[in-house]
Amino acid sequence: MSTGPHTRDRIITILESVKDPEIPVISVRELGVLRDVGLAADGKVAVTITPTYTGCPAMDVMAADIKQALREAGITKVEVKQVLSPAWTTDWITEEGRNKLKAYGIAPPPHTADIRALKGCAPVVECPRCGSGNTAMLSAFGSTACKALWKCNDCLEPFDQFKCL
Amino acid sequence: MSQALNTYTLRLADDLLILSHRLSEWCGHGPILEEDIALTNRALDHLGEARNLLTYAGQAIGKSEDELAYGRMERWYTNVKLVEQPNGDYAHTIVRSFLFDAYHLPLAEGLTRSTDAQLAAIAAKAVKEATYHLRHSSEWLVRFGDGTAESHQRAHAALADLWTFTGELFETDAVGDAMVKAGVAPEMAAIKAAWNNTVDTVLAQATLERPVDGFMATGGRKGLHTEHLGFILADMQHVTRAYPGASW
Ligand SMILES: [Zn+2]
Repeated sequence: MSTGPHTRDRIITILESVKDPEIPVISVRELGVLRDVGLAADGKVAVTITPTYTGCPAMDVMAADIKQALREAGITKVEVKQVLSPAWTTDWITEEGRNKLKAYGIAPPPHTADIRALKGCAPVVECPRCGSGNTAMLSAFGSTACKALWKCNDCLEPFDQFKCL
Repeated sequence: MSQALNTYTLRLADDLLILSHRLSEWCGHGPILEEDIALTNRALDHLGEARNLLTYAGQAIGKSEDELAYGRMERWYTNVKLVEQPNGDYAHTIVRSFLFDAYHLPLAEGLTRSTDAQLAAIAAKAVKEATYHLRHSSEWLVRFGDGTAESHQRAHAALADLWTFTGELFETDAVGDAMVKAGVAPEMAAIKAAWNNTVDTVLAQATLERPVDGFMATGGRKGLHTEHLGFILADMQHVTRAYPGASW
């Protein structure tokens, strides 16, 4: 697969250090934002990313961080492309990513993020602190575009939930 | 990109850009913290969709999204007058968004099946967000309408004020017809039917009476606006006009 001095696997390993600037425990790969890594014959690296939310201001930062991480590893010929289609869904967050969100205090999104789940879903959202399912949504809009605000009725702590999308 | 597609894309973009600006005016002024956050989140969603659309429209005519947002005067903006109306009280802001959301969601759903791949891709992202937006504005409208006598009265007054701006959402002209024919845009009649259905359902829940159709404002799609748009653009554009080409 590798035609240049770098292998695709090595680049993906390097990119593991690039985190979501607003949730600095989860990498762009675990978030499902990293869609593809391409290697051209001349050694040029093309990284394809997709936005979580349309207006996600973190995208430009992620693109800059990807370039910097690769530059620090000696890879300077890098192009970061943004694609909209297929549209990102919370189902692309990896299992380890979901666990990291939870450990960080953010309830991971419910699965089956299709439009039916969006419209009708009243999923059980577990409190990331005590694990209780006795929780309630305070607001569908939270601290960032991708999160909703919830509270736990048992331990009484408020928490962020990664919205189902 | 044809001239009609360019015009159509700019219309979609301008509605969202101007509504986004209006909603962002609530930043730091929301009635409660959760709503302050909700409105700024919505502003960001609308802005994100507007940016994608402006970028797409601009590519065809050699202009950047910034040049289109900051470089056009009032007469070149083709948003509907509804979205430029002042925020007023919270009921006004919610009713304005509700009337728009009930249109934006079926429009975005229709555009996901557009023969134009880029508009379809932008819509596929927007439709999920628009679902949250409509739910948010509907819930507040029900809370106001079915709340206290004062909240009911305010929601009623906002509906009465803004109703005259709803006709423009469903206007058709040569550009719109060409887009429907090309399979780029969904049929306006279908969007209107979905809008009617949402409006009637939510207003009934909110115990609010649907206003009777009377005079309907028009002209936004041709660049003829209410006096409010000029003030929005003055606010939005003054830095780039004072320091052309500045970057930081
Ligand atoms: Zn708890």
